[in-house]
Amino acid sequence: MTPPLLQVKNLRVAFRGERGEVPAVRGVSFSLGREKLGIVGESGSGKSTIGRAILRLLPESARITAQRLAFEGQELLELPPQAMRNLRGQRITMIMQDPRFSLNPVLRIGDQIAETLRVHGVGGRGSELRQRVLEVLSAVQIRDPERVYRAYPHELSGGMGQRAMIAMMLISDPALLIADEPTSALDVTVRREILAIMDRLVSDRGTGLILISHDLNLVAGFCDRVLILYAGRVVEEIEASRLQECRHPYSRGLLASLPLLERPREQLATLQRDPAWLEGPVYRFGQEVRE
Amino acid sequence: MSGSAPSTTWRDWLLSDRPQSATQARLGQAWLSWRAFRRNRLAMLGLGLILLLLIVAALAPWISPYEPNVQNLRLRLQPPSAAHWLGTDELGRDILSRIIHGSRITLYIVTLVVVIAAPLGLLIGTVSGYFGGWIDAVLMRVTDIFLAFPRLILALAFVAALGPGIENAVIAIAITAWPTYARVARAETLTLRRSDFIAAARIQGTGSLRIIGRHIMPLCLPSVIVRITLDMAGIILTAAGLGFLGLGAQPPAPEWGAMISTGRAYLLDQWWVATMPGIAICLVSLGFNLLGDGLRDLLDPKRRGG
Amino acid sequence: MSDTLVKRPPNLIGSRLGRHARSLGGILASIAFTFLGLLCITFVIGRVIPIDPALAIVGDRAPAHVYDRAREELGLNLPIWQQFFIYVGQVLRGDFGTSILTGRPVMEDIARVFPATLELATLGIIIGVVFGVPMGVLAAVKRDRWADQLVRVIGLVGYSVPIFWLGLVGLLIFYARLGWVGGSGRLDFFHEGIAPTITGVILIDSAIAGEWDVFRNALHHILLPAALLGYFSLAYISRMTRSLMLEQLNQEYIITARVKGVSERRVIWVHALRNILVPLITVIALSYASLLEGSVLTEIVFAWPGLGRYLTNALLAADMAAVLGATFVVGLVFVGVNLLSDLLYRLVDPRAK
Repeated sequence: MTPPLLQVKNLRVAFRGERGEVPAVRGVSFSLGREKLGIVGESGSGKSTIGRAILRLLPESARITAQRLAFEGQELLELPPQAMRNLRGQRITMIMQDPRFSLNPVLRIGDQIAETLRVHGVGGRGSELRQRVLEVLSAVQIRDPERVYRAYPHELSGGMGQRAMIAMMLISDPALLIADEPTSALDVTVRREILAIMDRLVSDRGTGLILISHDLNLVAGFCDRVLILYAGRVVEEIEASRLQECRHPYSRGLLASLPLLERPREQLATLQRDPAWLEGPVYRFGQEVRE
Repeated sequence: MSGSAPSTTWRDWLLSDRPQSATQARLGQAWLSWRAFRRNRLAMLGLGLILLLLIVAALAPWISPYEPNVQNLRLRLQPPSAAHWLGTDELGRDILSRIIHGSRITLYIVTLVVVIAAPLGLLIGTVSGYFGGWIDAVLMRVTDIFLAFPRLILALAFVAALGPGIENAVIAIAITAWPTYARVARAETLTLRRSDFIAAARIQGTGSLRIIGRHIMPLCLPSVIVRITLDMAGIILTAAGLGFLGLGAQPPAPEWGAMISTGRAYLLDQWWVATMPGIAICLVSLGFNLLGDGLRDLLDPKRRGG
Repeated sequence: MSDTLVKRPPNLIGSRLGRHARSLGGILASIAFTFLGLLCITFVIGRVIPIDPALAIVGDRAPAHVYDRAREELGLNLPIWQQFFIYVGQVLRGDFGTSILTGRPVMEDIARVFPATLELATLGIIIGVVFGVPMGVLAAVKRDRWADQLVRVIGLVGYSVPIFWLGLVGLLIFYARLGWVGGSGRLDFFHEGIAPTITGVILIDSAIAGEWDVFRNALHHILLPAALLGYFSLAYISRMTRSLMLEQLNQEYIITARVKGVSERRVIWVHALRNILVPLITVIALSYASLLEGSVLTEIVFAWPGLGRYLTNALLAADMAAVLGATFVVGLVFVGVNLLSDLLYRLVDPRAK
């Protein structure tokens, strides 16, 4: 049986601060195949940290430990830096939130996209490489790939910039794509488009996807499975289709606080946090477990 | 809560979450800032050097071993020894004593320059930033034109017109210093101008000048103070440069720059005459730079190391 | 076919070139204004401040008729506005008056001494950039470790030490005690006058003439003063580079680059550095301008026959015309350098296009 794409067991990340260590991720476990996994949490829940931990792109002040952090069977924490760099950009990539900041402002889009292939010595050179870039730009539904190829990031709208970002991170056909709040910085009208593009590409190529977001609705509508994160722990893991049946009080609270057209209310429910959630039982696919 | 209340030390009073008066709150803030500042060892070194300067200048007549202007031609150009720690100059005067007394001149120049340039710069900067429009355009043009000249050269030109002497040197340096402070004040004012509390004051009918004086200037003060401290070294070096050229304090005043100039003739064999005053200048400038860096880190911890 | 021709917008010049022309016009207006402002200041220094400007110009040993003629030429009986216009007119014709010391037109004197300063300042800035930028990058990358501390100390010393004193100490150590470099002046006495003066820059002139002895001697002499200026330049440049780099290394696009698997070296030198080129140009321009200031004192210490020494000698002799002329030229160069950096920055920054 082929190993799952990604296996995470008891991942812990702590940041060294001026007054000791601050834990950000406290024992997160999950596995991922060629499917779409959503990780939902509020600010400070540790969700972005998980993404960066997988890529091992956390700052030096971070301490990462895990029983297993395996990608395609390889233990990531044991890899030497060169091997890790080989994985990045070729097998694992990440899309970030705001293309205004995540794209290099002084390099042309085409060059930045081509770089993903060039630094790993693949994709040929010159016109062959250029052709591939133009192809992937078309694949993300950019209507004038030539113009965007030559453009600088500030000349593109938010939606186009994010599409360029997706192109940049999919051109090498990675096995795993991490999307860290890919639509949070975009206009609401553009979000669906971007998600649709991502959906299609990921399905076509069989790429594993981790979608990190604070938007429960978005994640539920898009992913196959959802992880709900609270204070650095997974408090609920459930299939997206059965989200309404979630059991953890935090999950239920999240659901309840979403405004719905079908159920108009006088007052939106607010979440009452229970300190018991920090260490209490969690729910995986409807079953209570202690982790 | 019955029973005896725990005795509150003054430290508790300063760090209290519920200050009883504005003064207590302000003092508490100051105390916290001081604590953060204290952690910065280099900044403390700078503070120490400046305090040393102040003490030496204040106690000059009592701590200097000899009179600074007493000549003793039989003992001219003596190397450093037990009797004369830093040696003697070309007229047999004790160099250490001259350096100690020279600290007074340095302090005098620096203080006067700041007293003249800082209020001027603050005023022009805040007025320019607050009113905007053509006032801003004109004032900033003037500032830019002053900044178009390298400091020393402009100061030289002014001294040429005014004549040599310590007061003229002070005026000349002050004229070259105010534009920088004006720029800083203006930058701060531009940010503050749009604040809600300024709008509130305006709605209350407070006159513009009053707003500037009571609200904006005090808030600009921290940045300007940091800028001034960082600038002090530059002022000292410019003053020393003028002194080196014979345009500052006139002989026999023991101005450090002038001492280096006279020592230059004896550089090759009696190196201490020119070297020692320079070390004094270095230490004082270093002190101000370290202090200024520390103050700046305090104001904007995000810029630590920046 | 004719339809498409008609539909084309009437003036293609409209958008791109027009924008450039407008900003160019703005720049020209700005220069003119600053130029006038510089003149204003020198005018005020020269005419308004001294109690007797004519006396300042001709010196107190001038005979009566010279003094009277100066009064007339300066138009001291005319209202100040007219005096200013006359002054501006003179300057525009390149007439700064005659120097008391040399007896020659100030402009001529300045043309003679300026290349020496230029030579020194240019060499200084080259040292400053070649060493300062990599040092700043290193300090940013190895933040808070010993390399960073070392660079910061070097910078701190550069801000705290009087340049003329360091020059003297340098002469003491490297010339007197170690004999590694030449002494004062641009050349040893017996090498003077051998290479014909073409540009005024001895290094260039002697190279062109193939006089390699002269070249070596000139190099020997310029080494220490240029290194001195270079040190102060690199103190500033490295500090600014460090600060700029640190700011960039915190940006999101750096993470993007690392996600792609870009090597750390490429991240620093291609991604981050490219983003600081624009402000770095301004930094270098400012440094160059401040080197002009530094050269004044350096030239005194090294008896270097440049603009700085000319200015100072004029000052000490109360040669007002020369002082003002030299001050003005320095101001002009300052402004010119800033202008150049402004233009360069427009060329380099894609966001300004």
